[in-house]
Amino acid sequence: MSQPLIEIRNVSQTFRVKDGLFGKPRRIMAVDGVSLTLNAGDVIGVVGESGCGKSTLARVILGLQKPTAGEVLIDGKRLHDLSGKERARLIQPVFQDPFSSLNPRRRVRDIVGMPLVAQGGIPGSEVRSRVEAIMQRVGLDPAMGERLPAQLSGGQRQRVAIARALVLRPRIVVCDEPTSALDVSVQAQILNLLAELRRDFGLSYLFISHNLAVVEHVASEVAVMYLGRIVERNRSADLFHNPQHPYTKALLASVLTPEPGLGIPEIGLGDAMPDPSNVPPGCRFHPRCPVAISECATRAPVVTASQGGAVECHLVEAASV
Amino acid sequence: MALLEIERLEIGFGGLAAVRGASFAVDKGETHCLVGESGCGKSVTALAVMGLLAPTATRKAAGLRFDGQDLSGLSEREMSRLRGDRMAMIFQEPMTSLNPAYTVGSQMAEVLIRHRGGSKKAALDRAAELLERVRITSPGMRLGQYPHQLSGGLRQRVMIAMALMCGPELLIADEPTTALDVTVQAQILKLLDELQRELGLAILLITHDLGIVARVAHRVSVMYAGEVVETAPVAELFGAPTHPYTRGLLSCVPVPGKIAPGEPLGSIPGIVPRVGHGFTGCAFRQRCDLAGPDCEGTVPRRTLAGDHQYLCLREPTEIARS
Repeated sequence: MSQPLIEIRNVSQTFRVKDGLFGKPRRIMAVDGVSLTLNAGDVIGVVGESGCGKSTLARVILGLQKPTAGEVLIDGKRLHDLSGKERARLIQPVFQDPFSSLNPRRRVRDIVGMPLVAQGGIPGSEVRSRVEAIMQRVGLDPAMGERLPAQLSGGQRQRVAIARALVLRPRIVVCDEPTSALDVSVQAQILNLLAELRRDFGLSYLFISHNLAVVEHVASEVAVMYLGRIVERNRSADLFHNPQHPYTKALLASVLTPEPGLGIPEIGLGDAMPDPSNVPPGCRFHPRCPVAISECATRAPVVTASQGGAVECHLVEAASV
Repeated sequence: MALLEIERLEIGFGGLAAVRGASFAVDKGETHCLVGESGCGKSVTALAVMGLLAPTATRKAAGLRFDGQDLSGLSEREMSRLRGDRMAMIFQEPMTSLNPAYTVGSQMAEVLIRHRGGSKKAALDRAAELLERVRITSPGMRLGQYPHQLSGGLRQRVMIAMALMCGPELLIADEPTTALDVTVQAQILKLLDELQRELGLAILLITHDLGIVARVAHRVSVMYAGEVVETAPVAELFGAPTHPYTRGLLSCVPVPGKIAPGEPLGSIPGIVPRVGHGFTGCAFRQRCDLAGPDCEGTVPRRTLAGDHQYLCLREPTEIARS
């Protein structure tokens, strides 16, 4: 296998926050020693609850946040050795909320063309023709280029964000909850568009979502995050058919498929909510884990190969020796 | 036996017709889901029932009855006596509906004292009992806390407990779990389900999530562009969806294991039209494969076996073939 397109090596990201003016400073462990690789042509889905660190990980990979520890290699080169322009040609984001990620005072054609203009040295006529071509490709009438974001629907705005991400023909797109703010019928349009574009442009996606059904549909590989760590990673089909980690099992159980008569599942996670400023000792999932053993409260589990993937759980660890 | 009956409800905001002749009924003790995409009129329908529409909105209805009583004739004072007492409402974002300046206990107690009188002590006892009922541990401590000290799931539990203070017969829940994580969502839905069975509550649940609808509803009404385009018992709606919009919407939902890798999801072309007053015909016709010139005229409400109604000119057999 050739070298991975993205290689995340032991990345950690901590933040210091204060509760109010006189509060005691606390350290938030948003991402804690995450290693992950993305191969060319793959879609890796990152799932987990709010506060698990999935969006922080995306910001680190985009170079918007310098990690506290560890490094990110893109196509073999260290992310922080790349200039902003080089980075922009390799990797681009699509964010959740197209209302806040598009400049409300700019016309659509300027928003889409901005990455080209920022590269410098591209003649105006070429910028115009490339903007029109990419707009057409994502299903926007180039005449819409004259409009402001406020004059577009949510789905059209997300198409603008996708056009802006693709106008430089990057190799990787980081999608952070790209359809969470959209209605189901619009979500289906955008997911279908992203799948088509991936095939046609040979893209790789890092796809972050809290919606497991969406991730199952788009991802070839899935990483499950809990309180800053990847607790399970596997090929998508294997992870969905044969989840190993109790947290993955609980997440899958909580997916409400549109099948009447099945009722509401019993998740069995209790009420202890994860708090990244107060990570439990041992296995960080143990306060909510329905099958925890005494060891889980004292010793952190090591990464164990299982079912073709990797899991961090004492029970899986014990079964593998 | 219908607890809430809505007949040909119309709501307008200036030139925009937000709700256009919506009719449905919620029976005692049932969960009725109102499902649709943003702008379809589901939330304003709920607000209209509660008498909470903005003053700029216009409301008209052939019938709007709660337990046989006509709501459209009630004064604001009479409405406020019902609200929070026999009918209560919870919202998507509990942080914006709880008052950040008061403790959980004092805002919960206020509801009971306002409607029933009695001492603060008795009201706080009732509040503690309900917090326990919604499975909040150490309720005594929670009563003294402020909303910002609670997690999203706890806040929504507090909202539910507060809505139950006066023992309502109807609970309207507008996207109650949309802001929550999936694991917490399942816990809150389970709680609503238990409370309904124990207390015989009627619940009008507004959601955009067909997964939630399938798991909690007894009856479902699908709204599109201000109209109820289909209404049926839950098994019937998912087993034999008939309106082309309902069918399209169901095909858009990704279901693990149902679609082969690389296959596209179903989709509905185009976008929801803006509908003004005086619009005639089917509002879905520009997006519908089965539409013809006749869809610009009056569209009948058809009734099928199994208490199933839909708003379309086409026969079920014709729709099923498409």
